[in-house]
Amino acid sequence: MRRDIYQAIADPTRRVLLALLTLGAMTPDAIAGHFGSVRQGVSKYLQMLADCGAVDQAQRGREIYYHLNLDKKNEPDHWLEQFRKIWESRFNQLDEVLLTIKKNKL
Amino acid sequence: MKNSLLFDFTVDKSTNTVFVKREFDADQSSVWDAFTKQDILDQWWAPKPWTSKTRHMDFEPGGRRVYAMCGPAGEEFWSVQEYTAISPIENFKQISLFADKDENVNKDMPGSEWNLDFSEADGVTTVSISIKHKTLATLEQMLKMGFKEGFTMTLNYLDQLLTNLKK
Repeated sequence: MRRDIYQAIADPTRRVLLALLTLGAMTPDAIAGHFGSVRQGVSKYLQMLADCGAVDQAQRGREIYYHLNLDKKNEPDHWLEQFRKIWESRFNQLDEVLLTIKKNKL
Repeated sequence: MKNSLLFDFTVDKSTNTVFVKREFDADQSSVWDAFTKQDILDQWWAPKPWTSKTRHMDFEPGGRRVYAMCGPAGEEFWSVQEYTAISPIENFKQISLFADKDENVNKDMPGSEWNLDFSEADGVTTVSISIKHKTLATLEQMLKMGFKEGFTMTLNYLDQLLTNLKK
């Protein structure tokens, strides 16, 4: 299986995990708390994200913290898809605005 | 209907340029207004849950728009757009710069040059945007910042997804 950022964001659970990590570094236990899930299940997802290079881990004392890895690779391609989505979402909103303008003109 | 409207997004790394092209089911004059009038711009410029807040906008050559992208956690990213040329309702050009809330432009981040073309055929308006960056590094920087915004969009659905996962 491919191991890249696209694979990382292909799964809804992994996307939620990544979104959660935008708030800051977290331990698997803390993440499991958010999910109402067991640590073991979360670790499996985190491992996959780490394999894809989307997250990194750091040991602090006895705990392992996971954080988003935004700088590992110096290629912009990884973040392009997200950037494209911003424009897509922006323009979908504009469609709605234009529709409203059209209705008001009638 | 929405599905049949063209949306094209490409990046040319050799010229540090992003190209965005989109069709809209509206006449050219309405689309022009949506891009050039402050109150309409703020309604769609920021992808939800971000909001766009324009402090002031002077749409004329040499004029500028000062606005912030406001995040759900209270973050504010200020930008200044300086209009360098305007040909209603077909084209305008601007230089986009990052700034702080007091409108001091970030000198470490060179501005990007935007060119926006508008054209209409059969009631469908096409907007073609090119965003040229000075260096590949500034293009990458912008993409990374965009990435964070993009993910906060995802946060919008976080609560809902978490609730579903718990079931």
